[in-house]
Amino acid sequence: MKPAPFRYERPGTVEEAVALLAEHGDEAKVLAGGQSLVPALNMRLVRPAVLVDINRVLLFDNVRSADGALRAGATVRQADSRLLEHPLLAEALPHVGHFATRNRGTVAGSVTHADPAAELPLCLTLLGGAVHTVSARGEREIAASDLFVSHFTTTVEPDELVVETVWPTPRAGWGYAFCEFAQRRGDYGLCMVAAAAGDDELHVALGSVVDRPTMLDVDPERPGESAAAQVEPWGNLHASAGYLTQLVRVLVDRAVNLARERAA
Amino acid sequence: MTGVGVTVNGKHYRETVEPRLLLSDFLRHTLGLTGTHVGCEHGVCGACTVLLDGVAVRSCLTLAVQSDGSEIETVEGLAADGELNGLQQAFHECSALQCGFCTPGILMAATDLLSRGGRPERAQIEDLLSGHICRCTGYTPIVDAIEKAASG
Repeated sequence: MKPAPFRYERPGTVEEAVALLAEHGDEAKVLAGGQSLVPALNMRLVRPAVLVDINRVLLFDNVRSADGALRAGATVRQADSRLLEHPLLAEALPHVGHFATRNRGTVAGSVTHADPAAELPLCLTLLGGAVHTVSARGEREIAASDLFVSHFTTTVEPDELVVETVWPTPRAGWGYAFCEFAQRRGDYGLCMVAAAAGDDELHVALGSVVDRPTMLDVDPERPGESAAAQVEPWGNLHASAGYLTQLVRVLVDRAVNLARERAA
Repeated sequence: MTGVGVTVNGKHYRETVEPRLLLSDFLRHTLGLTGTHVGCEHGVCGACTVLLDGVAVRSCLTLAVQSDGSEIETVEGLAADGELNGLQQAFHECSALQCGFCTPGILMAATDLLSRGGRPERAQIEDLLSGHICRCTGYTPIVDAIEKAASG
């Protein structure tokens, strides 16, 4: 299928972009990499009146280190090698879509799309990261713990533009791991887990089998078992609830073991 | 309607299109370059993959208006003067196709991979092909062909 008609706007500055969002509100959609939005347009699952293409906004392809975090601009692509300095992103990014979709798909777009089966929202949640937004009303930073509401739903308002995603740099001596099980490479994972270990702490985040990336409070002695006891996955066409629960058990143990091995 | 100026396989085109026109349909219907194939139109099959400013992208997930000012390479641009290039020759020698519908997209993605230099490992090539899983099969000779082109 093909997209329904829309008005196309291509702002060159943040100010122009947020003015368009202020004017059109939820009638507008922000187009970044388009790797989730354009399929939805093609299938007419969404029919925005206005598309605001931010690909030519100045400086949106910046990646910088500031205040203990890697900060990636709104059009930094998933294939951007500057992201690989973060060990968790380096492990998770190859699972995001495919070679050609990563060339175009953006980090901020994937985060803001908030698919519960997407890798980057899960990593942002585990790390305690954030998104930085700008609107005609001002700027704010939304912590990952306040960002994801449910399937494809965030607390970013229709007039707000995500201008940066914020990835806290690895803590000294900590180990990080990302594990996913998908039926084919690049498909949405049936289950995914991110873990961080260090300083006698253990952090575990779970994706795909929940409605948003979810931090789990696991028993350090039996992480997989205690994680599986906390979730009630819905079975689907590809996997029964029991199978998904077993994936949680196995992947949590696997990610925790890897993170612990990698911790100094 | 919006103006689009692009260079495709070294030739410049200027057209006026609806913003909702996909780059895949622009190439096929507006410019008549039907070597770029359209399969799923949601980014999964990879048949429509072209190079946009040197990197492989899905033309079905890109609006034609977004390519304004860009350089595009399609499968038609690979065989300069009608001679198969090294990658195409390797596909020929390895019989690296079954029905061939998805081959143009695989060739363009592999062109991007090979342009990054070095010799990709088989696992990297298989990862690349995960974005081109189409209707038939026959992936082993495709991996062989890309490996051969990389070593040639």
